[in-house]
This record gives sequence, structure tokens and C-alpha cells, in this order.
Amino acid sequence: MKFTLHVWRQAGPTAAGAFSTYEATDISGDMSFLEMMDAVNESLIERGEQPVAFDHDCREGICGMCGMMINGIAHGPMRATATCQLFMRHFTDGDAIYIEPWRARAFPVIKDLVVDRSAFDRVIAAGGYITAPTGGARDANTILVSKSDADDAMDAAACIGCGACVAACPNGSASLFAGAKIAHLGVLPQGQAERRQRVLRMIAQMDEEAFGGCTWHGECHEACPKAISLDVIARMNGDYLRALWTTHEEKQEQGAG
Amino acid sequence: MSARLDARIPGGPIAEKWDRHKFEMKLVNPANKRKHTILVVGSGLAGASAAASRAALGYQGKCFCFQDSPRRAHSIAAQGGINAAKNYQNDGDSVYRLFYDTVKGGDFRSREANVYRLAQTSLNIIDQCVAQGVPFAREYGGLLANRSFGGAQVSRTFYARGQTGQQLLLGAYQALERQVGLGHLRMYPRTEMLDLVLIDGRARGIVVRDLVTGEVTSHAADVVVLATGGYGNVFYLSTNAKGSNCTAIWRAYKRGAGFANPCFTQIHPTCIPQSGEHQSKLTLMSESLRNDGRVWVPKQKGDARPPNQIPEAERDYYLERKYPSFGNLSPRDIASRAAKEVCDEGRGVGPGGRGVYLDFADAIKRLGEHTIRERYGNLFEMYERITAENPYRVPMRIYPAVHYTMGGLWVDYNLMSTIPGLHVAGEANFSDHGANRLGASALMQGLADGYFVIPYTVGDYIGSTKLERVDASHPAFTDAERAVSERTATLLAIEGKRTVDSFHRELGKVMWDYCGMARNETGLTHALEIIPQIRDEFWRNVDVPGSAAELNQALEKAGRVADFLELGELICRDALERRESCGAHFREEFETPDGEALRDDAHFSHVAVWQYRGENQTPERLEEPLEFENVHLSQRSYK
Amino acid sequence: MAGSRAQASLGVGRVHRARLFWQSTVGKKIVMSVTGLIMVGFVLLHMIGNLQLFESAARLNAYSHFLHHTINELLWLVRIVLLVSVVLHIVAAAQLTRIDRAARPVGYRKQDRQAATVASRSMRWGGVAIALFVIFHLLHLTTGTIQPVPYAPGDVYANVVGGFRVWWVTLIYVLAMIALGLHIFHGAWSSIRTLGVSRPRPEPTRRPVATLLAVVLWAGFSIVPLAVFFGWVR
Repeated sequence: MKFTLHVWRQAGPTAAGAFSTYEATDISGDMSFLEMMDAVNESLIERGEQPVAFDHDCREGICGMCGMMINGIAHGPMRATATCQLFMRHFTDGDAIYIEPWRARAFPVIKDLVVDRSAFDRVIAAGGYITAPTGGARDANTILVSKSDADDAMDAAACIGCGACVAACPNGSASLFAGAKIAHLGVLPQGQAERRQRVLRMIAQMDEEAFGGCTWHGECHEACPKAISLDVIARMNGDYLRALWTTHEEKQEQGAG
Repeated sequence: MSARLDARIPGGPIAEKWDRHKFEMKLVNPANKRKHTILVVGSGLAGASAAASRAALGYQGKCFCFQDSPRRAHSIAAQGGINAAKNYQNDGDSVYRLFYDTVKGGDFRSREANVYRLAQTSLNIIDQCVAQGVPFAREYGGLLANRSFGGAQVSRTFYARGQTGQQLLLGAYQALERQVGLGHLRMYPRTEMLDLVLIDGRARGIVVRDLVTGEVTSHAADVVVLATGGYGNVFYLSTNAKGSNCTAIWRAYKRGAGFANPCFTQIHPTCIPQSGEHQSKLTLMSESLRNDGRVWVPKQKGDARPPNQIPEAERDYYLERKYPSFGNLSPRDIASRAAKEVCDEGRGVGPGGRGVYLDFADAIKRLGEHTIRERYGNLFEMYERITAENPYRVPMRIYPAVHYTMGGLWVDYNLMSTIPGLHVAGEANFSDHGANRLGASALMQGLADGYFVIPYTVGDYIGSTKLERVDASHPAFTDAERAVSERTATLLAIEGKRTVDSFHRELGKVMWDYCGMARNETGLTHALEIIPQIRDEFWRNVDVPGSAAELNQALEKAGRVADFLELGELICRDALERRESCGAHFREEFETPDGEALRDDAHFSHVAVWQYRGENQTPERLEEPLEFENVHLSQRSYK
Repeated sequence: MAGSRAQASLGVGRVHRARLFWQSTVGKKIVMSVTGLIMVGFVLLHMIGNLQLFESAARLNAYSHFLHHTINELLWLVRIVLLVSVVLHIVAAAQLTRIDRAARPVGYRKQDRQAATVASRSMRWGGVAIALFVIFHLLHLTTGTIQPVPYAPGDVYANVVGGFRVWWVTLIYVLAMIALGLHIFHGAWSSIRTLGVSRPRPEPTRRPVATLLAVVLWAGFSIVPLAVFFGWVR
């Protein structure tokens, strides 16, 4: 198969970017989208041009490192599929394909299709955890978790942190990402002690990072490689209201060390 | 035994060694911990758990990873589960049994004391992970669920759907980010370690390159921990992530750290077969599939009929035939080799004849499609996504692929390498799996090292060693920085004709053909001739575009492939010198009459440790003898 | 340090809590939800009141008299609540719009929407349209400033029937009610979710109640001008 690629090229964070057009020839339907990009890059290097920079690592849809806007859809046209698991057999021979980086103020472009998603790490650092210092844990089976709670927690915990939700959201909101973590930890009995401060801190950090707000378009869920449910956002909001309502003044402003 | 290879195994009965050792270790005064800096390179299960645990103890910590976030480390891709000797199922499991199974599974090439400690700490790992909120599978009553996995006859594997590695890593990652948020730990993502710095014979820091700006800087410390994973990508095609590399441990090796058993590379039996030349990586299908799937090939050579038209009588369920008691659950090395055999006989299926069927028809008949979907739904989806075939209707095609490397930097009982102050954790070290790793043991080892061993032993090292203050202005750092920058400049200046990937593919093919599932003297000798030639051409004819002062992925790859080109040679040399078959290392000259691995305990019951002696010098082969006081040496049999 | 601001900001006093709430995007959305639902309640009552037109002129005018004279104080209370709601709704919407736009300074060449509906995408402009319409409506039927036909204070029936005989007045009302229906189709559904009181469902975007509400309001409001215009009510 043959494709005409229009790829966003941008030399650095402050450089101006533009689309460049490349022909991808001799592409097999069994190639993944990233393998197609590899082939294009190989030919660019052979022609003495700079290859297209893009993030990728595990190439089995779990590490969350890859991600591109393909024809205006985050991770391309297949539902619940990360870019690395998108195969060229889903395109038609001769297609023109536009490829852009995730675009959000919180995800500045580093180069070409590579963006900086460290804002996600900071949202987790603000409260997306259960404090459990190494060594002090009691026997695992003393904590009972109903199967349905475990399943709900796992559904939310499946998030791979790729950023497609932000990229697809017309508001650049990270609500699905934060909501997924809040739901994962908030469903489990182990997560109850920090439930209130978790949601307050994570939302504050999300705002600090300049993500937008949720207006319930539902684009994030459609883009999500793990099809995480919009329910996690409702849950996050409910937790937020409850937390704000019931959190008392802390004795000292020390955080929860 | 060489004095350089003192494993420092504590005395006493095996069950008491670790407790006794913990008591005998030196402690560091809490007020002093702040004054010590510990660097952790790598943020997978071992790295993230080590970094988080130690930052929590009060040390100054820095953690480095080449990905854009510590959450991406390749531990995340582990699917099946994590072993622990909890015996929640009351089916006869115990610490001793897990220990025994692991030593036997490793074909008696691992250190008993280390393995016993691993089995002991497996109990704490599950407790720790549950406390962190890892959503392990549960029974309806709310207790933890278990399954049997990868050749174990007890159900000791804990799992979180097919994403156990992801969930465990996210637990460790969240603990790590918590420390980052509290300001106890500094994280350096998109940063690659390019050299280890020794001062007075001790590891005192690293030189790194910022992958975004290209800036080369140094970080001084009291202890360096490498948790940089395995080197399976030396084969080009493997189940590893594209970025997984050997650079950190290779540079440490060239600074004097011994490299143990490099030829012990595990080939995983259930991967999706290669579909063409363009293939960039191979995808593993969890071994748990073998719990319900049946492996077969046509009895007839070159049978091109579609699988559903091949009658039962003309199918060869070769694992069930050859290994009646373990059948489809035979250990990885055995299942892989059996698949290679039938394909070599011309009975392989799919394009190129490199594949065997993994058939769920019987399981679906017995349990119903719903149950199968519940157990393996996401794996079946992944298979269909990649191959465009529906495994509920058509048997899966699988073929072995390089998966895990048991070899790695040599470490003593404290997980310290031959360089004082350099600790190595997780897949990067050689410690616990001998010549073959059992399923669901990698996650266990990574977390055991990171949560429960390194935090103690690093404290002991700091407490018992007088460490002068050093900082990054020391000449040892500036020299190393210069060397790193020069090497980068050299790579960029070659401006040859071939891409980095083309060399990597070429190396991978040599490694797979001559040092893959089956090895022999002729092939290995041949490989030892070709690899230096490829390396030579690489340094003359590679084309690395771009500059050093920017995000340059081709340059990153070039540096890693350059190291693989050296490591590949060492792997072949080790495979050649180990004149026996054991576990994943199968030498065709050494097999039992019925084609099984034939160990030579008289001559090779040891760890082979390679010591670097300089550019273009043959490295020195040292031996750490292995003593088996608890597990009786026997021929592994899964019949 | 990363996350430290968020961690330090947890000493929650009462004033601080309100500020924290208003400053956060989620807090503003919650304000919009609550005020939005108040307005939905109002328009529902308003619609029921309107439908008395079909009974008789006297009935409608009596109802108006009841509102303006019998429960005048309550009416003012409602007006104040409504006014506060409108102001908060609009201010929060404006601020969120600014935040949301700033969150994506560089747009895509073309984004292929997968889930967004006409309703969800028209919330902002639809909201502006509804606000303009409300001003028009007040000037028309409450203050009598705009007089398509001479305004008769106190005779609601005459004003309504007179006004809706004029084609462009009816057209404005009918178009505005389409905007209102769409706004409620998305807003009523999303408000409940923003408040976090919805139960998890396999298909969270299904919204039978919001759909019914939107259709009833659209039809219930549109029927009045259309009935007058086509002469079913004289």
C-alpha cells in the first residue's frame, strides 16, 4: 500500500512548526502505524533528511508512551486502540494521513510529535497514591475487597497515562485521567483514609497545570485506548463536593507526610 | 574461587540466613541519612520500588529513566502475574516449595541463599502491594484469587487481569511520585545514563545525557543502584520495549563490574509469530493462555490445510505427548525448544512455517466462550488486533521469542556488584533465576530487590564504609563527561551509508541464528567471527543524522546498538565456553538421548563471571562455584 | 517543588474553602450545574404557567394577577434567586471558556469529533443566544419596551396573542426554544454528572430523562407562539 503523510514538523519547543509531506510506499497491512513511521524514517535518513521524532516504547499498547493525532483523531480511527496497536490494514491504499502531536498548553511540544507530559506525573505526585510505607503492611487477606469493587478499581486503574484524553478533549481537560486514578483508589478500602485530600489535591494540581475543565463532550472516552468510562469523572466530582464539605481545618499545614 | 567473587552469603541454616543478616547489618543514624545521596537508574519495578523505599527512609534520592515518565518502564508490560508463597489456596505451597521450584526451574544454576530470600520476601510483596491499592483479582468473598501459572503445580500466582505488571508498577510509581511530591526524591525523566564514575575503586556517581537538550552532566553520590532491566534487545526482535537497552550495565561492565552468565537468555514460548521483515518487535501472549489452550501442529509435514479441516487424528499435541504430566504447562525453555523442533521438522504453521497452534476449541467447549472471554478477553482482543484473526474461531498461532535475560551484572548476597557501592537490582542483575526463569517470578524478583533487599543492604554499605565527600567537579567526572561527549561526536561524524536499525537487525539475526534457542560450537564460533565485523562496519559506515544538542532519537539508538554489538559478542563467548546444556542454554552437543538438556554439574555448576580487560582484549572468565545444600541436584524432568 | 502547592493548600478554613471551590474548574462547573438546574426548574414552572393560555384569556390573566399581586414578595425572591443564578452561571461559563480556550493555544488542523453532540458543542453559543433571547423576551413581555403591537399593561393574554401574530416575533421565539432544548438536552444530563450524584452505568451518555425534559420544554414553549401564529388561539 501507499500513503501520503502530512506530518507536523517542529524543530524545538519554541520553533515554528509546519506540515511536511512524505510518501510512505511499500507498506503492508500487517505493519503497525509505528512500523510504517519507522519505514518512513529509514527512508528519510537514507535521503539525508532528519527523521520524524515520535515517542514510543513498549509497542504493545500498555506503556502509554506513544500517541499521535491521526486524521484529527487521537490514536487514530480504531476505538480503544493505542497508536502502536493500530494496523495499516485499517487504512485504504492511497489515503492521505495527517499526523499531529497532542496539543495542549499542559503538553508543550518538544520536537515534531513528541510532547512533554510531565504534568501528569505532577498530578499523581499531588495525591494520586495510597500512603503505604514499605514494610508496614498487614497480611493481604485481612483486607476484604468485594469482587465487584476490585473489578471497578481495575477498570479505572487500566489507564495508561498516554494523554489521549487531553488531546481529544476540546477543552484540553485531564478529568478522565485524574478521575480514573481517583476512582481506582477511592473504590478500594485501602484508599479511604486519603480519599478527601486526594481529590482536593489532584484537582488543584490539575488546574495549576493549566488543563481545561470538563464539559462532558465524551471525546476523552472515545479516544481512550482503555475505554475508561466517563463515570470516573462524575465520581471525581462527587468526591470533590463531599471532600470540600467535610474536610476540617488541618492542625498544621504540613501536608500529610 | 576468586577473591573478587565473594558472594558474602551469611552463615546458618538457609531459613535463617536473611534474618540473621538483617540483624548483623550496620544501621545508619536517621540524622545522617540525609547526608547521603543514592542514585537509582531505571524506574521499573525494581528501580521505582527501591527509589521510593529509600527516599522514605530519609536518604537523598535521585532517580533516572530514559522514558518521558517513570510509569512507562517495561515492567508495565508483564501480563500474567506475580508468585508468592502465601498458600492461601491451602494446596501445599510454602516458602520452601517456592524456593525449591525456583532452583529446580532455574536448572540448578542459581544461588540457593538468594532464591530462598526471594521466596521469603514474596510474602511481604503481596501485602505491600495490596496496601498500596493494587487491584488484584478477588474471589466473590473478597479474598485474593490465585491461579497456577507457568509450570507450577500449586496456585500461587496473584494477578490483576492480564495487566499485573502494569498494576504493580503503577503502585511503585505512585509511591515514587509521592516522594517526589514531598520533595524527598528528584526524578530525571528523559535522561540516559552513559557512564559510571569510580573514585578510589568505588562507584561514586554517573554521567548522564539529557535526551531533550543533549546536555551531558554528572551526578555524584554515595551509592549507585542500577535497575535498568534486561538486554533481550540484543536480538533486535524481542518482547522488550523498543527502548530497552544494555547501555547502563554495559558501561558499568567496562568500568569493572563482572558480567554473569550473559548467555542465559530466555525464549518465551507464547508470542505472536513474526509477520514480515518490517517487524519492529514481538508481542508476548501471556503464558496463562497455556492453562486452557492446547498446543499442536499437523502430524504431516507441510500440511497446508486450514486448522479446522485437520482432523483430530492428524494433529500432534506434542507437549502433551512428550511431557504427559506437565503437558501444555511445561516450563518455558522446554516448550520453546519443542516448538522449534516441530518447526524445524517442517510441521510449523502460518507464514514461513514458524508457528504452532494454540487451540482453545476444547476449552471453549468445556467452559463456554463466556468463561474464556472472562479469563483471556483482553489477550484475545490483542491477538485479533495484531493478526486480524479471531482466536475464538481459529486457533492462535504462536512462536517463541526472546523475552527475558537471566544473566546480568554479577552481584553478591547484598546485590552489590564487584564494584563497591554499585548495586544492581531486578532483571539487570543475574541473581535469582539461574539458567531459566519460571513464569510470574520476574515481578517477584524486581519488587523483592527494590522494596525489601536494597533498602537494607544499601544502608549496611553506607553504615560500614567511610565515604569521603565528592562532588561532580572531581576530575573523574569531568574526564568521564568528556569521554561521553567524544563518543557522541564520533558517532555523529561517521556519516556513513547505513542506518542504525539496519545494523541492529543484522546483529539480531546473527544472535538468533547462532545463539538463540539452540546453540552449537560451530555456530557460536562463526558468530564470534561475524559480530566484530558488523561492529567494525558500524563504526565506519553508520549514518546518524542530526546533532548532539537536541532530541535525537537516532543518536540514542546508535549509542545503544554500539553497546549491543559488544555485548552480543560476550553472550556468544559465554555460550561457547559453557559446554553443557542447562535451562534456556541449550547446546546441541549436550543432550540426553531423548533430546533434553544435559547438564554437566562436575564442570559447570558455577556462575560464569566475565571481567573486562580493555578494548580488543578477551575478557577474563571467573567462576563462582554454586553449592547445593538444600536442593538435591537432579535431572529436571517434566515428563 | 512539584505538587507542593497542591499539598500545602489543604489547610481548609471556611473562607478559604469557598475560595478554593470557586477557583477550581470543578467548583465552577458545580456552580454552573446548580444554577443551571435552578433555571431548569424555573422554566418548567414557566412553561406550565404559559399553557394556561389554552384554557382561556381570563385564566391566564388571573394567573398573572396572582403572581404580581397575591405572591408579589415571593415573586421577587424568585427573581433574585434567578438573577443570581444567571449571573453566576454566565460568569462561571465565561471564566471556564477562557480557561478551556487557554488550555489549547494551538489547535488541530481539523479535529474529527467522535462523541461530541451538536448540543454539547453549542453550549457556549447557545447559551449566549438564550441570554440574548431572555433580554428580548423581558423587553417584549415584561417591560413592554419592544412593542410589535401596542402593549397593554396587565393584559398578558392580549400582549401574547398580539405579539405572536407578528411573524418575526414568533420566529425568534421558535428559534430560541430550539437553542433552549439543545442546551437542556446536554446541560440537564451533564449537571447531574458534574454533581457526581449519577450512578455508574454501562452507557453513561444515555440520558432518557434529560431527553424527555428537553423535548417537553421545547414543545411546551414552542406550541404557544405557533398556536397563535397559525390562528389556533385567537
